[in-house]
Amino acid sequence: MNAIPKDSTLTTAPPYRCAEALTVVRSNAVVNTDYRLLTLDAPAEVLDCAPGQFFQLLCPGTADDQPFLRRPMSIFDFDAATGSLRFLYKVTGAGTRGLATLRPGDRLNVLGPLGQGFSMQDDWQRLMLVARGVGLATLAPLARMAQAHGRQLTAICSARAPEFVMSVDHFRECGAEVIVVTDTDGSSSPDAMRALIEARIAHDGVDAFYTCGSARLARMLQDIGAEYDIPGEIAVEQQMACGLGMCQACVRPFHEGGKIVHRRVCREGPVFQLKGVVA
Amino acid sequence: MSALATSVGQLHLTNPIMPASGTFTEDLADVFDLGILGAHVLKTFTAEARTGNPTPRVCDLTGGMMNAIGIPSKGLEHFLTHTLPFWARYDVPLIVSISAHSYDAFARLAAAVSVPGVAAIEANISCPNIEADGRAFAVRADTTGHVVAQLREATDLPLWVKLSPNTGEPVEVAQAAEAAGADALVVANTLLGMAIDIETRQPRLGNVMGGISGPAIKPVALRMTYQAASATRIPVIGCGGITTVADVVEFLIAGATAVQVGTATFQSPTTMQRLLTGLEDWLRAQGIASVNDLRGTVALPHAPAPVPAMLT
Ligand SMILES: Cc1cc2nc3c(=O)[nH]c(=O)nc-3n(C[C@H](O)[C@H](O)[C@H](O)COP(=O)(O)OP(=O)(O)OC[C@H]3O[C@@H](n4cnc5c(N)ncnc54)[C@H](O)[C@@H]3O)c2cc1C
Ligand SMILES: Cc1cc2nc3c(=O)[nH]c(=O)nc-3n(C[C@H](O)[C@H](O)[C@H](O)COP(=O)(O)O)c2cc1C
Ligand code: FES
Repeated sequence: MNAIPKDSTLTTAPPYRCAEALTVVRSNAVVNTDYRLLTLDAPAEVLDCAPGQFFQLLCPGTADDQPFLRRPMSIFDFDAATGSLRFLYKVTGAGTRGLATLRPGDRLNVLGPLGQGFSMQDDWQRLMLVARGVGLATLAPLARMAQAHGRQLTAICSARAPEFVMSVDHFRECGAEVIVVTDTDGSSSPDAMRALIEARIAHDGVDAFYTCGSARLARMLQDIGAEYDIPGEIAVEQQMACGLGMCQACVRPFHEGGKIVHRRVCREGPVFQLKGVVA
Repeated sequence: MSALATSVGQLHLTNPIMPASGTFTEDLADVFDLGILGAHVLKTFTAEARTGNPTPRVCDLTGGMMNAIGIPSKGLEHFLTHTLPFWARYDVPLIVSISAHSYDAFARLAAAVSVPGVAAIEANISCPNIEADGRAFAVRADTTGHVVAQLREATDLPLWVKLSPNTGEPVEVAQAAEAAGADALVVANTLLGMAIDIETRQPRLGNVMGGISGPAIKPVALRMTYQAASATRIPVIGCGGITTVADVVEFLIAGATAVQVGTATFQSPTTMQRLLTGLEDWLRAQGIASVNDLRGTVALPHAPAPVPAMLT
């Protein structure tokens, strides 16, 4: 049972930062065995988004699954001009199984945009993006932002096997140089990736890292960042309830000024400085 | 006079809809104007700073959720210097929820928050009382009476006492709170529960057990609201699973003066906004002049029943 009727008309007027809105499914396409790409027709009031921000989706219930809380999903793509909002998601449990049942024309209640997105400081000209799995979804809009800001971008995409690598075409379209590494050929191992990244630093230089989707990658980039004095940003995940900052469900520990502090992923994040994260 | 206006004791409210403690912060102002609410009820805080429980702190259930957030708190100092000034911008009664692990500490905190800008104190007596082997004050009438009496001495502000559904003596607890000087009862808090992931066999909450909330607990909260309203003369504020206009009306008919909305706001942050307009429309459609006309109008099968004794 979902207590809130999903077809009720919900609107909130500006100047509110985010809104609960009813969207219409344009398509819900299979990307590979694990992932789907959901494209929605969304009203302008929720399309003032920044890369790294996310939405809370009120996933539909099915005969077997009755998700109650919303599920957080990174914005894969947004376009105010065409009124489109896209999410790339992995079917893992009750909520995403419900999402997978959506057909064109179905309605979906979304809340967003939420959280703090990525920043791109002026002196960050040579960017390196390193992601794995669903982290590639989160970093996809960042590539467009890099292109719009005229930055040089290298994207290292890690996956179990070549067929699970996503967003490669998207990154290329955004002008990025794409390097695919996989578990199958061993190129995604920490040692191999470290060597790869250090070679890039030595050859072209890297001004900033962006990462998402793997604690192991995050720790490696923290190490390299500390050694070569390269800053970075990371998008992290945590179980959520409200998504707005009210319930404190989503806290994670961070190193700050020699202490461990708790920050809300939905509010102060999901994007944080790479060096403070306890990965 | 608006059809929605009501009062909880001496405290005038423009409407009976307010948030439940722990499910509301200034962050909701991102979604709508918080000035429309009947009252602002803040998250419970403790005198000392606390970090709260390990994650995962929430999990999903059919018809609701479970939480073990664990009352993270920035402490008294932060409350007085940061929280209070923020809420002063609204012309809405501010209700401050407090908690402590001993009678003495509870009373001291009540005195410390009895300052201008605070309209009422809500005592969350569901936390473990270290003087009673860690049992919550609210599970027994004697500990409830004792803590409320001390709070009553410590403050002149209206004192709301939030009861727990995790008691076998709900009527006695409500009466003990009234006898000790509570001005209103908030009925009720979360029900203690547990959930296990069958794949990993691990509890789904970092704290093993947690509080159930949302539509699943509504009948329990409604039953307790009815019991408390029937057995005491002080206002009762209903809380538990309220999601729709019909839920609000049900609690008013059961005897509530006002209601608090918690988990429904997580599923849909516009819930309280929608309940306000929906309630007004419903009253108009029914030809009912005031929400107060609904209070305690439950049509019982027989002559007004004595206080139900089923759980005592
Ligand atoms: C900010 C943010 C952005 C995200 N972006 C994406 C994305 O773009 N694509 C994508 O596929 N996934 C993303 N996730 C993860 C996604 O939210 C979870 O996979 C999803 O909630 C699982 O829900 P479920 O009901 O299908 O699975 P279940 O395992 O049945 O979920 C049970 C509970 O656990 C929570 N949960 C499970 N896994 C996660 C997780 N990794 N992070 C947070 N909560 C979790 C659910 O929200 C739910 O409350 C993101 C998570 C966060 C926090
Ligand atoms: C995440 C969460 C945190 C809560 N924190 C508090 C709290 O700090 N103090 C309190 O008295 N009740 C707290 N509650 C209980 C609610 O105030 C409310 O009594 C309960 O959730 C039942 O109402 P609902 O079903 O409308 O949520 C919390 C509930 C939730 C879900
Ligand atoms: S999910 Fe509620 S505070 Fe972050």
